[in-house]
Formats: sequence, C-alpha cells, structure tokens
Amino acid sequence: MGTRVTIDPITRIEGHLRIEVEVEDGKVKDAWSSGQLFRGIEMILKGRDPRDAYHFVQRSCGVCTYVHGLASVRAVEDAAGIEIPPNATLIRNLLHGAQYQHDHIVHFYHLHALDWVDVVSALKADPGKTAKLSENVSNAPWGGTAYYKDVQGRLKNFVDSGQLGPFNNAYWGHSAYKLPPEENLMATAHYIEALRLQAKSAKMHAIFGGKNPHIQSLVVGGVTSIRDLNPDRIFQFLYLWKETQKFVKDVYIPDLLMVASHYKDWGGIGGTTNFLTYGDLATSEKEPDSFLLPRGVILNRDLGNLLPTDQEKVAEHVKHAWYADHEPMHPFGGVTDPQHGPYEPGGERTWWFGTTKTGKYSWLKAPRYEGHSCEVGPLARVLVAYAAGDKGVQSLVNATTKKLGVPVEALFSTLGRTAARGLETILIGDNMEDMIMRLVENVRNGDTKTYQPYEMPDTGMGYGLNDVPRGALGHWIEIEDKKIKNYQYVVPSTWNLGPRCDGGKKGPVEEALIGTPIADPKRPIEVLRTVHSFDPCIACAVHVIDPNSNEVYKVKVL
Amino acid sequence: MESLEKEKAFYERLENKGVSRRDFMKFCTYLTATMGLSSSFVPKVAEVFASPKQRPPVIWLHFSECTGCSEAFLRSIYPWIDELVMDILSVEYHETIMAAAGHQAEEVLHEAAEKYEGKFICIAEGAVGVGHDGAYGKVAGKTFLEVANDICPKAAAVITIGACANFGGIQAAAPNPGGFKSVSEATGIKTINIAGCPPNPINLIGTIVNYLLLGKLPALDGLGRPIFAYGKTIHDQCPRRSHFENGEFVKEFGSEEAALGWCLYEVGCRGPETYNNCPIAKFNGGTSWPIQAGHPCLGCSEPDFWDKMTPFYEEM
Repeated sequence: MGTRVTIDPITRIEGHLRIEVEVEDGKVKDAWSSGQLFRGIEMILKGRDPRDAYHFVQRSCGVCTYVHGLASVRAVEDAAGIEIPPNATLIRNLLHGAQYQHDHIVHFYHLHALDWVDVVSALKADPGKTAKLSENVSNAPWGGTAYYKDVQGRLKNFVDSGQLGPFNNAYWGHSAYKLPPEENLMATAHYIEALRLQAKSAKMHAIFGGKNPHIQSLVVGGVTSIRDLNPDRIFQFLYLWKETQKFVKDVYIPDLLMVASHYKDWGGIGGTTNFLTYGDLATSEKEPDSFLLPRGVILNRDLGNLLPTDQEKVAEHVKHAWYADHEPMHPFGGVTDPQHGPYEPGGERTWWFGTTKTGKYSWLKAPRYEGHSCEVGPLARVLVAYAAGDKGVQSLVNATTKKLGVPVEALFSTLGRTAARGLETILIGDNMEDMIMRLVENVRNGDTKTYQPYEMPDTGMGYGLNDVPRGALGHWIEIEDKKIKNYQYVVPSTWNLGPRCDGGKKGPVEEALIGTPIADPKRPIEVLRTVHSFDPCIACAVHVIDPNSNEVYKVKVL
Repeated sequence: MESLEKEKAFYERLENKGVSRRDFMKFCTYLTATMGLSSSFVPKVAEVFASPKQRPPVIWLHFSECTGCSEAFLRSIYPWIDELVMDILSVEYHETIMAAAGHQAEEVLHEAAEKYEGKFICIAEGAVGVGHDGAYGKVAGKTFLEVANDICPKAAAVITIGACANFGGIQAAAPNPGGFKSVSEATGIKTINIAGCPPNPINLIGTIVNYLLLGKLPALDGLGRPIFAYGKTIHDQCPRRSHFENGEFVKEFGSEEAALGWCLYEVGCRGPETYNNCPIAKFNGGTSWPIQAGHPCLGCSEPDFWDKMTPFYEEM
C-alpha cells in the first residue's frame, strides 16, 4: 500500500473540500473526493412561494452567483408555462455572458494560476527582459521596463515586510514549477491587474442586475431593470464588455498559451472519459437547436458519436455519501435523509476483527448519466461543440493545438480543461456584442417589454437545464397549492467532485487524479493542478433531496 | 517640520505601491463620508492607511456560507482589492485566495493566530453548524464550532460578515436542518456584525478603518451593526420616497409605473423595515442597487429575513 496524502482544506475554491490520494511509486494510485459541508437549502425551500426560490438558491453560491437564480426562474417559468419577452431573454443572457467572462478570468488568475506560476521566482526576473517577453507574447496594455520594475518592487516590499499574506507558506520553489523568472513576473503582474479588472467587470452585473454578487433583478416572468434599458446604461454595459473582452484576448489567452507552452506534459495528465452538457445561450427562440453552447453527451471519448442528452437518464447515487441508502434515483424523485457517519474512504473493507467500514465519505452525492460518470464544464462544452461540427470551436481548438504543437487528444487532460475554459470565454464574449446590438435594435423600435404577467398555477412541474461556467446545471420544481412541494438541483460540482457511485465507479476528479505524478507527497502541488482545473464549487454541490417525496415523474423537455 | 517629513515619506511609499495621491485622497474622502464622520477626519483616515509599517493582520474564517461575502470584498473598488490585500491589510488566512493548501494552510492559520494573539482582526463568514455534533461542516477534520472556539477568542475583535455569520442566514431558515447558528450564538463571543446578503464591502472597510483610526470599534446598534452604516432605514434614504408619499405605487413589474420608477412597496419592498445604507453607498463602485434596478428590497440586513421577510413579493 502506498502513502496516503490528505489535502484539507483545498484552498482557492469555493467551499469546503477534502481530497485524499494514495501515492505509490511517485504516482497517484487511488483518490477520494469529499465534500465537507451540508446546508439543506432544498429542505428549507419546501412550502415556500415558488417566486422566492430564485433568491434562496442564488445563495447556494456567491462565486457562481446568478446562475442558480437563472436556473430557478427558468424552472418555475417552465412549470407555469410562461414565455418571457425577448428583451428579458437578452438581458438574462447578457448577465449570463458577463458571468462567464468574469468567472473564467477569476478562475484562471486567482484560483488556478498559482499552481503554475511561482510568485517568489518573479523576484529574480530581469524587468527589461520581462518587458520584451510581454511584447512578444501578449498585447497587454501595460508593459515596459519601468512597469515591471515597479511591480517587482511592490512584490519585494511585500516580501520584505515579512507579511506574505495570501502568498505565505505555499509550494514556492517546488521542482514542478517550470516557468522562468520573467514569465513568472509577467503572470504575477497580470494576476494583480486581473484583480482590478474583475472588480470593474462585475459592474456589468450591477447595471442590469442592481449589484454583484447576487443579482437582484430577475423575477419569474422576466426582469425588473426596465429603467436601465436606456442608451446610457446600455452603452456603459457595452464599454465594460469591450474592456473585459479585450483583456480576455490580449492578456488572458496569451498568458494561458504562455503557461501551457511550458507545461505540455500536462496535456497527458488528468483526463476523464465521458462528457455531458445541457447547453445554453439560445441565439433565437428555437431551443435547444439555437444554443451557442450545444447540448450533448460524449461517451468513451468518442467524438465521432455525439449523443443527445436526455435528462431522464440522470440519477443520483448515495452508497458512498452520508445519506440513508437507497437505489439510484432521478433527481425528481429522490428519497434521502442526511445520516452523518464516520469519514471512511476506501470502500468497504473487512478488518481482521470483523468490522465493516461504511465506505461513506462525502456530503456530495454521485450523479450518473445512464450509470456513467460524466465530466461537465468548459472541456465538456468545447468537446461537444467540436463533435457537433461547430466551425468556430473547431477552428479555435485546431489553432490552439497547432500553436502548442500538441495533438487534439491533448484536450483530454488537465491542460485541455484549463485551455477549454479560455477558448470558450472568447466564443461567449464575442457573441455578447450581437446580444447588445439586438437589445439596442429592440429599444430603437420602441420595444421595452421586459416582463410577462402570469397567474401562478395551483399545481405544476418544471425544470430548467442550464450550462453555467462550471458545467451542466439542472433545477427541478414541483408546485402544489401555489407553493413549492419539491425542489431539487443537480449542480456541476456534484457531477465533477462527487464520490464513487453504487457500481464503484470513481467520480470525474477521482478518475482524473489517477496516474498523476507526485514529486513530493508532503507538497502535492500536482494534485491541486488537476483539482483546480475543474474549478470546484462545494457550497453548490452539497444538497439534500426531500425525504418525503418518492415519486418519479415524467416532465416535458424544454 | 517632522510631520511634513512624515507626510512626504508616506506619499513616497504610496507611490511605490502604485497609488497616486489623488486616488488615495478620493478614497479617504469617500470612506470618511460613509462612516458618517465630518470631512475634518479625512486626513486622519488617510493616516490610518499611511502609517502602518506592519499591516494589520486579518484572519478570515469560512464556515457555512456561499462565499458571496468574500466575493463582495473582492469587488472593492475604493480601495482597489489588490491594495487591500497587498498594501493595507495583511490577510494572513483566507481560504478563497491563499496560495497554500492542506497542512501548509493549517500551519499558516495557527502560526498567525499565535503570533498575533490579541492583535489580529478575525473576520468570520458563514454560520456555524451545531447539529450532529457539528458534522455538517468541517475544515481539516475539525468542526466549524471547534475552529471558531479555537480562533475567535484569540482575536482583538471578531467581525462577522454577512447574514450567515451575523444571524445564521439562509441555512438557519426554517426548519434549519443542520442546526446552524450565528458565530456569536455558537461561541458566546460578542461580534461586530456587518449585515447584508452579501454586505457592501465599504461597510466592512469603514469598520476596520474606524478601529485602526480611533483604536475602538464604531458605535453599534442593538444587533451589533455599526450605526454609521445601519443607522437609518432604506425607506428613509430612498430616492423613490416621494412616490410613496404621493401614493404612486408599482403594482406589476414591467408596467408603466415600473418604467416611471414609482414606489415598490406594494410589490413587496421591505425598505421601511430594513436598516442599511444601500441607497447612499450603492454597490460595485456606485453603479446601482436593487431598487434602482426595479426590484423590491428583500430586507437582507435584518435578522432572520429568510423567514420574517418572506414571501418576498407580498406587501408587508
């Protein structure tokens, strides 16, 4: 048996996550992913006004803010049979696009970059050479020797003060860091610039959403920010969108390629097998056909055989989660109650004195699609679009792999996942301009309708399938006496970071970690690389299904 | 003469950090106004940020929450978040942004709590679960309650940020399946509560500056909220107030009345019962706030608003 390594807390994520790996001969032999938080929001929703669910579920997560709110109003509108006006769809999609831009930038720089970039090494860089490097590889608007001297000076002051703050006691100097000092300095400078940029970009949400985090302008039936549908506000949005997208293209993507070019071996580490998307961002009223991000399932990495997604094939398993045991259930009919027990990863092993371990080790359930463990998120979306023959995505992918000199198969990896996130930011961001112009066109023609009045039905069932920055997100609702009878959500991080299922198959992160080289088990930076590449969000992922409802329904497909 | 030298040295230091004197004074003026202090305090506020050779240490704990309060903090524009983290405060421990993980992160936490015992500011985000012996939330194998009981008593002050840490928040809403409590209830320690879901970051920064500037905490209301931020109702500061007085109400979203910006009282606005400075401070660098976006106030800075203020869209 190899060495057990536990990382708890996993930092630079949302929520409380524990990762345990078994290392043998310098490689990960087995892995367990454990969610360490239970909140029970679905139980709290029971009996409440369906219109209020938007505000409750949005508090699932403040990092992926907005997306649960969006999923919720979509689910209630589906249950109540409401068609929202085109302006409401456009504003919601613009907020969604802004969330993608913001979230992916923050993930790359503030949650993921320090796995690849050694901040301390940046102190040794030559500012003049860094300036030249920046001019060669990026179009960053800041630069020059003086700029890099200044950033380095600021870093030096910081280090000299002895108060390293968030940079304290990390894996600096680890042999797995491959960037030269100049590359490290450039990336660190952009880490700081991105901190400011993201604070500015979030203003896009405030314009049509009142504030960020936790937008407060969506309602069942549309959006409330009718007074912001004026040239001044739209232009302000356009300006911020432009500045953000310019950062994506001139700084984020070049930095991503720079980092990737030094870590090509990670194009062969950290891959998974199956991929699932619900799709999102309709470009016309035809859904899901007009989705910018298409819907589909890829099994066994077979890009030649794209399968349609059928939400009825989703089931959640609890054999290895801290819930009372039951058969795998569709989210609409789960029977569950939380039953905390000891943390016992490693399956059921009979010990010499005869006790049996429960094998339960997480608050996350294990969602499966027809029994398959599926990765969701940017890589799944890029692969599904690629398999669907999307020319834009194909050319982005082909140009990137060619530039890096790696085969397309390198996408099935930690590096591929991180690259896919960047590539889809280009795609989504570019598409936002068209949305803004369509909004302008509507306003020009006197159409400022943002809300569809409706009557809440006494009973109804519905769901919203969404694709959000971290992956496929589904919300399911049942209404009775105009109140919530049952509310369920299966979120991206439950798919990606869930434990083993009834059949013993690992969750995607657990699978991805197998075979990862570990140079020093005391400083397992390699584990962080793969875990962070999934952009985990644990507060979203932990939830519980209503123990009193055990019906399985047929629900109409959007 | 000496003070002049001191001031000169300060601005040189600022410029080394990449902050112009003008930006800096703009921020200080804004913050002083938010704190409800007269403009004569502006230079003193400036001094707080100028003088520390040792930046005030902060330990930020995460319990049961959504990280929305940390995200709100990361959106700080006055001052910019990179200045807050690198130049003004010393954020010793913050799981969302720190580079270290696992054992190394734990080391950072315990070393900082020991080294700065009685001196650090503890900012707590999230509610503490006490059901099932605290099994509903753990960090590094320890329950939230164990972590809170270990770290909070060592702090100079415990500031709770957001509804969950203030009052229990969403997970404590009925039927509170995990047995969640506010940090104060769980630990028995009196806390300063920066209220909201999430709060405006300016109210956290204003509180810290008050502490650094005057060496004491700002005046608090009966719920532990700083009066400078939570001393008046939304309703009393609302730019739509005259519509309320004139009986001009929005009865349906998307209507002509909504387009005219009339009062949202009849579609559920909780402004009259809610103490906060949203109409004045606004969010995201003064870009907007919920009522400006046409949506009723939820009352998110009040205790138990998830139960007491719901259903949100019914008139109070």
